[in-house]
Amino acid sequence: MSKTVLTVDDSRTMRDMLMLALSDAGFRVVQAVDGVHGLEVLNGEPPDVIVTDINMPRLDGFGFIEAVRKDNRFRAVPILVLTTESDQAKKDRARQAGATGWIVKPFDATKLVAVIRRVAA
Amino acid sequence: MDPLAAIKVTFFQECEEQLAELESGLLVMQDGAHDDEMINALFRAVHSIKGGAGTFGLEALVRFAHVFETVLDEMRSGKLPVDGNVVAIMLRAADMLADHVRAARDDGTADEERSRAIAGELANLCGISADGPDEVVEEIEGLDFVPVAFAFDDTPPPAPEPEPEIAMPAAAAEPEGPPRETWTITFKPRAALYASGNETAFLLRELQRLGDMDVTVSAAALPLLQDLDPEEGYLVWTVSLVTAAEETAIREVFEFVDGDCDIEVKSARADASGALDVHALIAMATAAGAPAEAREPSPAPMPAAATAPEPDNSDLMEIIKFIDDAKAAVAAEEKGEIAPSLPAADMAAPAAKAAVGQSAAAAQGGAGGAPQAGQTIRVDLERVDRLIDLVGELVINQAMLAQRVAECGLARSSSVAIGLDDLEHLTREIQDSVMAIRAQPVKSVFQRMPRLVREVAAMVGKQVRLVTEGEGTEVDKTVIERLTDPITHMIRNAIDHGLEKTEDRVARGKPAEGTVRLAALHRSGRIVIEVSDDGAGINRERVKNSAISKGLIPANADLSDEEIDNLIFMPGFSTAATVSDISGRGVGMDVVKRSIQALGGRITIASEPGRGSTFTLSLPLTLAVLDGMVVSVCGQTLVAPLTGVVETLQPKASDVRSLGPNGTVIQIRETYLPLIDVGVQLGYRDTPLLPTSGVALLVEGEGGARAALLVDTIQGQRQVVIKSLEANYRKVPGIAGATILGDGRVALILDVDSVLSAKVTEPPRNQTLLAAAG
Repeated sequence: MSKTVLTVDDSRTMRDMLMLALSDAGFRVVQAVDGVHGLEVLNGEPPDVIVTDINMPRLDGFGFIEAVRKDNRFRAVPILVLTTESDQAKKDRARQAGATGWIVKPFDATKLVAVIRRVAA
Repeated sequence: MDPLAAIKVTFFQECEEQLAELESGLLVMQDGAHDDEMINALFRAVHSIKGGAGTFGLEALVRFAHVFETVLDEMRSGKLPVDGNVVAIMLRAADMLADHVRAARDDGTADEERSRAIAGELANLCGISADGPDEVVEEIEGLDFVPVAFAFDDTPPPAPEPEPEIAMPAAAAEPEGPPRETWTITFKPRAALYASGNETAFLLRELQRLGDMDVTVSAAALPLLQDLDPEEGYLVWTVSLVTAAEETAIREVFEFVDGDCDIEVKSARADASGALDVHALIAMATAAGAPAEAREPSPAPMPAAATAPEPDNSDLMEIIKFIDDAKAAVAAEEKGEIAPSLPAADMAAPAAKAAVGQSAAAAQGGAGGAPQAGQTIRVDLERVDRLIDLVGELVINQAMLAQRVAECGLARSSSVAIGLDDLEHLTREIQDSVMAIRAQPVKSVFQRMPRLVREVAAMVGKQVRLVTEGEGTEVDKTVIERLTDPITHMIRNAIDHGLEKTEDRVARGKPAEGTVRLAALHRSGRIVIEVSDDGAGINRERVKNSAISKGLIPANADLSDEEIDNLIFMPGFSTAATVSDISGRGVGMDVVKRSIQALGGRITIASEPGRGSTFTLSLPLTLAVLDGMVVSVCGQTLVAPLTGVVETLQPKASDVRSLGPNGTVIQIRETYLPLIDVGVQLGYRDTPLLPTSGVALLVEGEGGARAALLVDTIQGQRQVVIKSLEANYRKVPGIAGATILGDGRVALILDVDSVLSAKVTEPPRNQTLLAAAG
């Protein structure tokens, strides 16, 4: 059974990129457009891995991760943040919120898939 | 199209949306209103453009976006105050960013000099160096990721069957590549590692990819059950890894858990004496053949109580299984609420539940919890147009069927006739729905205007504020596409000619900043676009003199204010003393008027001295169908657009008067209007019809000119599908187009305005011979 990845990003371009890379690698992909939507989708379809952007309207990546972690069902789901910033402060904040790891944008498909496999069962 | 190219197309579309959002946000800020969320949105817009640009390696764009983003970030964190000057620079930067996006899209290059200048201005705002962007480019180029060639099975690790991919022969059979070294990694995870969703087993799996690995675990620190914190990590893992990889590669495995665990990486060469003789252990354990639990503690310097699972593949599986079991146990504990060490998690639960409840409610509202907001699909325009064509045919077919049925002499109350009525309703509804697909908000045109206003204002040295209203007003896509040029021209005109010079405004006690208003609204089945300014209004004296000196009107012409205002639509008219770079581009208001008329629209002016002028465009919502009044003239069937028809009446002999040799007027209530015989006008007949034996249509042309059109009879009202006569035959004066009637015959659609103006300016008889329609 293929694994399900939830991607949360407000940019259509980025969602499409993720979809392309992940579905080529055999993952099932569910998408959400921001943190609030991400939480809704999450409940409908528990993913194996979550990939989320940080800068989003309504609910940003940090808030989204915190909300996911507060839900006992998703305490251990690996969450990767997408970040253009190689900025350590951002990574630290993401990890504080409960992120498992990060993917530095721009990413290539191999790199993305490798990082996902690194944290996913 | 290859998928990446398709995504690139999406990217540029998205860029346009973000640029629009950026601009409108900045414009709101210019008005003094701003809040954190707005600044955030601006930041996100630029950030997204930069992110996508990075993905596609669009260097110049990334470079510029980066500086812009940095400044917005400063603003976001409150370090940079929001003031008029900053916003003005940002607006220019937004224009530049748009140029970069378009340059990247069209494989061109933006004006680098201007880009550098604006980037410099931006950088100055927050004292960063404009060279900063170089780092970004390195960031992009830094895609030095080395793909790991490793086949990995998707089956979850706890699966009982051995997985060949993870099989790890203790005796490495591969040929020696680079020198392999033995590393000892001691690793003690803490609670935080698990809290962030990391997992020891996966880290070990990752290490295993680097080479041959033996793992031992020490549970020496494991407390008694009653003291055990299920969240805490008590195990210490010791890995012996034989690999050609560098230490950095090993460290990289632990990149995400840095700080959440104690880790020590030692090379065996550097610390040979302390190395764990794992192979000896394996040999011993295998020889003993005993179950892992009963096995003797390792002879190595490990605590006596340590369990030392056999370091082969199946035991790695066991370890993973053990971890999973432990997790399950923890989960079970939590369910039974006997986990007092987790107060925070428990307290958080209601909040999480509330969130779940909300979204469940949302899910009930929408179908299956699908995202509710703004779902769209993108469709090839050709398909939509094909559908519209087909619906047009359907309308004709339905009309034809209705006519055939009527010819059979069936009663209106017969079931067939009633069924046909329903069909007509349905057809109309389908048509409306299909037309709605093509309808788009005028926003796409309106949002190009702020930039135009800035540029024109800068060029003529006036301060101008653009106010837009009704951006959401929808109209057919074809209409929208053809609206850009007229609106652009009218706005240029409003700034250049409409608004006074700043000093003149101040002298008259007006605000120094002139206002140009662009508004769209729906009014009686048409879209109305208004461009108004708060300038001096039309200088009628000057307009009239100018028209006289150009020989457009006789010197003694007695014109009403409205007629003078309308002079500016005359070909060859221009009041500007010098032809300016802005509005005098060889395009006058006459061209605007013609292009609007070509769309079936009208343009009118209202002007008040000292208060400004308003240009009003009124356009049909669609170019594909119109509601028409079907009339007969000399045995021909014609269609008069219903929008122009004010009323119909039967002329009485007493109301009709002759005027001159060929003219006729009719008295309608208090006024006399020209009575135009359509048959004569179009050349169907030479002798006018006796007014009393026909029907008069009181029509109103553009600018409010009225006249009565005399026709033989009225057949009824009908929605007709417009077919271009120009495209299929040639342009015929007085005729706007053609349509196919229910009986399959072609009927011409009257161009009311051109019939009216022909009456005014030309001899009564239009000399054009019309090919008999049908």
